[in-house]
Amino acid sequence: MSDPTTSISHLDLDESKKTFLDANELILNMGPQHPATHGVLRVILRLDGEKVMGLECVIGYLHRGVEKIAEHRTYTMFNPYVDRMDYVAAVSNGLGYCEAVEKLLNIEAPPRANYIRVILTELNRMASHQLWLGTHALDIGAMTPLFYTFRDREEILKIFEKYCGARLTTHAFRIGGCQYETYEGFEKDVTKFLTFVAPKIDEYEELLTTNRIWVERTKKVGTISAKDCIALGVTGPVLRASGVKWDLRKAQPYAAYKEFDFDIPTGQNGDTYDRYLVRMAEMRQSLRIIQQAVDKIPEGPIMAKVSKVMKPPVGEIYHSIEAPKGELGYFIVSDGSTQPYRVRVRPPSFVNLQALDLMCRGQLVADVIAVIGTLDIVLGEVDR
Amino acid sequence: MPQPWDSPLVAKLTGQFGSGLSALTYLGQNYLTVDRSLIPNVLQILRDEEQFDYCVDVTAVHYPKRELQFDVIWILYSFTKNERLRVKTQIADGAHIPSVAFLWPTANWLEREAFDMFGIQFDGHPELKRILLPDGWKGHPLRKDYGIIEQDQEWVQINLGIESGQ
Repeated sequence: MSDPTTSISHLDLDESKKTFLDANELILNMGPQHPATHGVLRVILRLDGEKVMGLECVIGYLHRGVEKIAEHRTYTMFNPYVDRMDYVAAVSNGLGYCEAVEKLLNIEAPPRANYIRVILTELNRMASHQLWLGTHALDIGAMTPLFYTFRDREEILKIFEKYCGARLTTHAFRIGGCQYETYEGFEKDVTKFLTFVAPKIDEYEELLTTNRIWVERTKKVGTISAKDCIALGVTGPVLRASGVKWDLRKAQPYAAYKEFDFDIPTGQNGDTYDRYLVRMAEMRQSLRIIQQAVDKIPEGPIMAKVSKVMKPPVGEIYHSIEAPKGELGYFIVSDGSTQPYRVRVRPPSFVNLQALDLMCRGQLVADVIAVIGTLDIVLGEVDR
Repeated sequence: MPQPWDSPLVAKLTGQFGSGLSALTYLGQNYLTVDRSLIPNVLQILRDEEQFDYCVDVTAVHYPKRELQFDVIWILYSFTKNERLRVKTQIADGAHIPSVAFLWPTANWLEREAFDMFGIQFDGHPELKRILLPDGWKGHPLRKDYGIIEQDQEWVQINLGIESGQ
């Protein structure tokens, strides 16, 4: 990895001429083994006292060459790999990939499969936001929310486990629909979870929303304007907290999303506090979507007619979905064989992380932790 | 099979650039195939006059058997029109292509990744260096002639102190 003294050129190590009154720039290395970087992220900070003058991210520690692997697997074999990118929202990754290949094959998943997909994906969005809230609050110094969110997230993982046997890397969907029919009592379990979790979200908010320390640590911290968000390609809750009402579930609906009634929560200030509020509101919207989906889930087949050997015609496709972290896109090139010629993953975490430098400039060192948390990155997806 | 695509935007661009540009549509997705020399102008117009204000992705595909070995692809989106558009060009191995990081700052890391994985040179990029692989690494893994278990043995031996990473 690059050496800090070479990557930032402004560093002047010849300090003999300087007196103690001179402002000294300090290069501080954070990570890659650091509990608050949410994985193996290394950040090189350029500091003036406690103020951040700029920073550079060093990534790639978790690079596994997912895109290369895809070229050596069949379309079906590559499906479980996508779960290992954003491993806290594996269901979303699978949905994006399956839909992209379905488009390439020109088939559509049956309505019942789409409903099951929506229910599981929204449950996963919930789980992803809960994990984000717990760890983000822990980074800032509030320990209790972590225990609360993990306790409640467990219920979602139990539903996943009962549905497909896995809790995290679920591989819940197949190209063409779903492998498994819902288990006996699935609807009951989901409804039970909805009534259980709604008051819990209020409980999280009670702990934080008006908490003096929380407000002081998050308001006007890591502010980013809508214009900068768009220029830097930042999507998801971060973009919405800056006031842009844009959600792919509404803008370009996929799966069964156009059949549900839900709102897109937005913020105004684009600071860490607004991003917190947006994600809290999103959790409630997810509950609304799940409730509607459970109420009117249609009967019918769960798998479209797909041949065992998949050979999509020669061509290219780009398909993207609204993952919990932003726009997750798949660009797939088919050469007519059983293996994809090229799979490009457009990861939201990777693109959003690029905004870290801008968001941290002029802030204090302690705020860097808050901003990394509020960006909600998963290094598995950044590095692929 | 991709079909020809016709729209006011295409008419405008072909009127301006002539035969260097063809517009196609496949599975409901529109894309432009553009000559390498027209790339800076076309992308500039798309951003400034056609409101494609969000650059979703910059990536490449390697076709080793072709004379112009690489496809470079820009995926654009317009918030005002709610429309996606792909722009594609072909370049030879070792050829340079202008960076769009000054048009869409998000292209900074995306171009670095394309450079890292394919070795494509983006002219005018603020700091074109590897992003996912370590700086001293040799080779570009997403090229088709780079084997799936291939690695930079020398780098691994020097930096990790082990015989092989496999």
